[in-house]
Amino acid sequence: MRRARMAQAEEIIRLKDICMDYGGGLVLDKLNLYILKNEFITLLGPSGCGKTTTLRIIGGFEQQTSGDILFEGKSISHLPPFARKVNTVFQHYALFSHMNVYENVAFGLRIKKLSEPEIARKVGGVLELMSLPGFEKREIDSLSGGQRQRVAIARAVVNEPLVLLLDEPLGALDLKLRKEMQIELKNIQQSLGITFVFVTHDQEEALTMSDTIAVMKDGLIQQIGAPIDIYNEPKNEFVAGFIGESNIMDGVMHADYRVSFAGRSFQCVDKGFAPDEAIDVVIRPEDVKLTPAAAGMLRGVVNSVIFKGVHYEMMVSVGGREWMLHNTQMAPVGEEIGLDIYPDDIHVMKKGKKLEEKTA
Amino acid sequence: MKKKLLNGPYLAWMLLFAIAPLFIVVWYALTAEIGGERSFSLANLQRVFEPIYLRVIWHSLKLAVISTFLCFLLGYPAALILASRPFRRRTILVVLIVLPMWMNFLARTYAWLSLLEKNGVINSVLAFLGLPALNILYTDAAVVLGMVYNFLPFMILPIYSVLYKIDHSQIEAAQDLGATPLITFQRVIFPQSLAGALSGVVMVFMPAMTTFVISRLLGGGQYTLIGNLIEQQFLTTYDWGFGSALSLFLMALLIVMGGLLMRSRGDNEGGLW
Ligand SMILES: Nc1ncnc2c1ncn2[C@@H]1O[C@H](COP(=O)(O)OP(=O)(O)OP(=O)(O)O)[C@@H](O)[C@H]1O
Ligand SMILES: [Mg+2]
Repeated sequence: MRRARMAQAEEIIRLKDICMDYGGGLVLDKLNLYILKNEFITLLGPSGCGKTTTLRIIGGFEQQTSGDILFEGKSISHLPPFARKVNTVFQHYALFSHMNVYENVAFGLRIKKLSEPEIARKVGGVLELMSLPGFEKREIDSLSGGQRQRVAIARAVVNEPLVLLLDEPLGALDLKLRKEMQIELKNIQQSLGITFVFVTHDQEEALTMSDTIAVMKDGLIQQIGAPIDIYNEPKNEFVAGFIGESNIMDGVMHADYRVSFAGRSFQCVDKGFAPDEAIDVVIRPEDVKLTPAAAGMLRGVVNSVIFKGVHYEMMVSVGGREWMLHNTQMAPVGEEIGLDIYPDDIHVMKKGKKLEEKTA
Repeated sequence: MKKKLLNGPYLAWMLLFAIAPLFIVVWYALTAEIGGERSFSLANLQRVFEPIYLRVIWHSLKLAVISTFLCFLLGYPAALILASRPFRRRTILVVLIVLPMWMNFLARTYAWLSLLEKNGVINSVLAFLGLPALNILYTDAAVVLGMVYNFLPFMILPIYSVLYKIDHSQIEAAQDLGATPLITFQRVIFPQSLAGALSGVVMVFMPAMTTFVISRLLGGGQYTLIGNLIEQQFLTTYDWGFGSALSLFLMALLIVMGGLLMRSRGDNEGGLW
């Protein structure tokens, strides 16, 4: 899917069978990943899954135990960080504490020996872009967390690198600023034509910003694809659970386009399974339709209702199992309701897929 | 209120052991015994500026500056290596550097005496290798050697303590932005270690300027440095007035030099102060 959509794009970075072991076991396990020019790719996964490690290996701060990294087709595994054409926005800013904002941002430009007026122009421009005008003379100590983070982004972006590695660059911002910066970063990425390799553990951020998402767990890429595909067709239980909320339950694939779960048989859009193969079924909370009790495919009793701003979140018990439902309409607690699910909204996943890649 | 109460013992201590001796020194320096009675006089201070004593002071200043400079040249790279080692070995190295400081100062300096002697350890080894003997004992070189040896830890430790505190991710950030290790050192590491270097310089310069043991043992019997001159006034000639005047002058010199150094930095965050 990803290939089809960006068919014309050239590959800029390729990670080949990257393994990483800090001494306490494999942190990355034969990681394979290609990154396309001008792509906004996000590494998404829970804490400790190896996102930072992957970025550090690309940046050259960590030497992989085995495997190779290609940059525009040539191996860069042996190159020190300063010789790699990528810039990094570090997870904890890593700003130079003995320099003011201007000198921090100008650091890379000075190394490139740009003229002073040129540096002043670029630094001014990028500070403007980061909504930090007038901050030139400020000391780093005197900045708030969010301001530091934006200086860190400015310091990297100002060099106009081919590839920018960003390690949770919006982590310290409040929700409003975070949303603004998401849009801002996306604009920067598109207008400057920089490839972004972005790390986050916020699935919503990943879904809104990325061209491509790689979902990671325990040093393995679980699924890679466009946000919409990952959301709609999670490949396994982990991805389904990590991306958005979902109801995941055991089911059986009787035949092509025929699945049964929750004590009932449904029509679906999946095929190619063995007859009566045990599978997992994923149903998104917002994909369940409310109907009068008698008219529904399934019946349930409402256990709780919470208002979530745009929708209600209801916990409904269906045949002894709790389902989560999102709906703009609500049914009162204790009421019996009917549930409808359309074939398109039933996502079938192979059982073994759960974590088989890790053990394989 | 409570805080003030707690300040009490500290104040008493300061009065007794810091302020009082200072007043005694000032009093001796500014008075002279005329006809069995001490009265105000500038004679002691005037004597300090006689050429013979100025020469001693100049000589002391020269040796202290050379020693401090050598300590910096040796100590900075040592601190740099120390701060960049993996943690376990680093602790061992720090202990190794501090260890000689636990040994008696006199014993350490006597050890050098036997090393440098005409038929001492070093010359025996040199002779064994067929090399010419090294006769530096009782010269300025031996005194400087003694100072550098004794005071080097005071240079290394404060520099190490600031280098160690530099956030390693800043070094990575510099490299990420294209800085070679040399540029990283020049623009990120060195500027952030200045406070420690300054502490080191002051902490080496002060004892180097005031020492009298090293110069007596390794420099031969004659008083070569201002420290020896002062010692002699108090212990040999019993001229407490002149001894105090010399002390006062030395103190003023150190304060002025320290002040200038501090000024040149602007702030002194980070060091051992
Ligand atoms: N220098 C190191 N030495 C030993 N183990 C390390 C080192 N750095 C990371 N690890 C381990 O590697 C694993 C992956 O760490 P990594 O920092 O890549 O996670 P992450 O996905 O970035 O997590 P987070 O979202 O919390 O930042 C973790 O188990 C971590 O403990
Ligand atoms: Mg991380």
